[in-house]
Amino acid sequence: MANGTIAANLKTFYEEGTTKSNKGIWSWLLSTDHKRIGLMYLGAIAIFFSVAAILGVLMRLELIAPGETIMEAQTYNSIFTLHGVIMIFLFIIPGLPAVFGNFFLPLQIGAMDVAFPRLNLLSFWIYIVGAILVLVSLILPGGPIDTGWTFYIPYSVRSGTNISLAIFAAFVLGFSSILTGLNFVTTIHRMRAPGMGWFKMPLFVWATYATAWIQIIATPVIGITILLVILERMFGVGIFDPALGGDPILFQHLFWIYSHPAVYIMILPAMGVVSEIIPTFARRTIFGYRAIAMSSLAIAFVGYLVWAHHMFTSGMSDTARIIFSLLTFIVALPSGVKVFNWVATMYKGSIDPKPPFLWVMSFIVLFSIGGLTGLVLGALATDIHLHDTYFVVAHFHYVMFGGTGTIFFAALYYWFPKMFGRMYNIKVANWGVGLFFVAFNLLYFPKFIMGYLGMPRRYYDYLQEFSSWHLISTVGSWVMLIALILVIGNIVYSIFKGEKCSSNPWGGVTLEWHTQSPPPLLNFQEIPTVKHEPYDFSQLEEMKNES
Amino acid sequence: MSHNEQAVESHGHVHRDDVGAKMGMWLFLFTELLLFGGMFLIYAVYRFQYPEQFHFAGMELNTTIGTINTIILLTSSLTVALSITALQKGNKFLSIIMLTITIGFALFFMVNKYFEWSAKVSHGIYPGSEEMLNKQNGEILFFGLYYVMTGLHGLHVLIGIVLLTFILVMIIKDKIISTDLVKLENSGLYWHLVDLIWIFLFPLFYLIQ
Repeated sequence: MANGTIAANLKTFYEEGTTKSNKGIWSWLLSTDHKRIGLMYLGAIAIFFSVAAILGVLMRLELIAPGETIMEAQTYNSIFTLHGVIMIFLFIIPGLPAVFGNFFLPLQIGAMDVAFPRLNLLSFWIYIVGAILVLVSLILPGGPIDTGWTFYIPYSVRSGTNISLAIFAAFVLGFSSILTGLNFVTTIHRMRAPGMGWFKMPLFVWATYATAWIQIIATPVIGITILLVILERMFGVGIFDPALGGDPILFQHLFWIYSHPAVYIMILPAMGVVSEIIPTFARRTIFGYRAIAMSSLAIAFVGYLVWAHHMFTSGMSDTARIIFSLLTFIVALPSGVKVFNWVATMYKGSIDPKPPFLWVMSFIVLFSIGGLTGLVLGALATDIHLHDTYFVVAHFHYVMFGGTGTIFFAALYYWFPKMFGRMYNIKVANWGVGLFFVAFNLLYFPKFIMGYLGMPRRYYDYLQEFSSWHLISTVGSWVMLIALILVIGNIVYSIFKGEKCSSNPWGGVTLEWHTQSPPPLLNFQEIPTVKHEPYDFSQLEEMKNES
Repeated sequence: MSHNEQAVESHGHVHRDDVGAKMGMWLFLFTELLLFGGMFLIYAVYRFQYPEQFHFAGMELNTTIGTINTIILLTSSLTVALSITALQKGNKFLSIIMLTITIGFALFFMVNKYFEWSAKVSHGIYPGSEEMLNKQNGEILFFGLYYVMTGLHGLHVLIGIVLLTFILVMIIKDKIISTDLVKLENSGLYWHLVDLIWIFLFPLFYLIQ
């Protein structure tokens, strides 16, 4: 029992819920089981991602040639704003923590649930309310918002579209994020299985821990900023209005004090997932466990101090700009520590290139390109040239979509057998990763070049000289659409029709692989006692004997 | 299997971890501090930018009402603490009395706030009014911040009233008892935070002149 036994006779969490009736929609909607909540998030997030991805494809289609192609300029403004708002606030910020954090954090620390199961359900419902508010803001008279996802003052006060409602939705979503964050921090502090010291926690738990702290520390600042914008629109208080003595730059500062750490909310859990997948498929303990764990905390801490690098051209003293530039370079160090440790883990490993591992490989390439171009933007001199161009768009998509988005799929493909007890089609999955990688570079790499040549971001129209690059990018968006259909379709099909598989198809050793697939309601037959280091593969033999 | 069935019964609702519950509450209070922190930051920036105009605008606030409200909130913090201690010692009746007094103080605070704000509004001092627009920039910002910050604080007092009333009902119905009172303690923590924020708002608006 030392490592938890694989007992096939327990009912799975699909068959047994926390509500009185185990069947029907309410046994899901009112469930306090972290696994069901995680799956509900997955469903909601998948829908929002698809909607925003289609908006992205429409944007690319408009940009296939100069001038009006399929939509008017105002529609284009709304669509790029919605693409950003939905992708950021509804998909990528909650994505990994809410889906995989919820599902696997308690499993990985050997707990029965999170610390506050009912609060967890409340977070989910607050998230849904926020999402509904976003959708309502689209159809109300006034029209969908057109400010870009950054809601910059003064346009967000002057625009006649439904800004107040849409940003209130962001406030509500932030509240959900805070509650999830404090739930996770408390869970990690209080619910670890016996024997699991801080440095025996899997690295995904460390990453989620650092993320949860950022959610707690940064999100309230965007909360108050959003409230101020709403008050400004309703009463004209003047805090951001220069005519009344206010300062619009102050809005930018407050906005980025949240929104820069928010990109680490997006990327840190992804880095945690990478640290899970690489040891499992390299059959080798992680290289530099403590360095990776601590670098998560370092990123969380330093990431909080770099916000003004978004504002190098907004008007700041040179001293401030130099300091923020320096800090931006420093935050690249812990990210580098992680990448080198991952690569070192693979060295002399017995690598088994299954789909999750291929996703991770594609992540390392895409994220490295994204990260290094981030340094180009973090340097003062080059930033003046590249600021507000497609270079920024490309950088952002490489780190966010190429980073977090890719890892979202990696996590899905890695933990799918645990979540559903079934296996997807490996061959189709391999093709999916490959096509995704090609499509991604086709879609976004031309943007680096366009940005370098001076194409400004968010523009509806452009000069003839950019048209071939835009054409390549648009073609890339079609290939990307095919790749996504392949990748998501494989998963959806396999949820219902996939072959049943064993409880540990990859040979993972962290605690979630010690229980059956799908796990029972309380995760383990008996709370396991942890005796091994998190990535000690010598226990694989023991685990085989147990089953 | 029997082990599992037992565990199902204890799932979620019966699972009890008072230390965990308090930790969650402290984390939540931390986010509240940061929420107000954004406002204090803005206050600091504009006070630095317009020191004299903030000085003059501050003289127009009613220090008497401010002082009375400070005394009210400080005392209510005491009574909520007494309510917790009373229940810990098993004195349910005293706990109920003290909590009722706390809620009474909170209502009293809001009544004062109502009179204070309506006096200001009747003098034409509110965001967007003609009187305000004729003032200097620093004064406009001072009063803008005054309304936003005390308004946000007032909203927290209102939430506190609702929260403490729920807790009161739970104590009366014996849902919160001397051996299981972490909900009361956490609500008390929230109330202390509301008090604490006022302790900073009071000098910044009413006293520093």
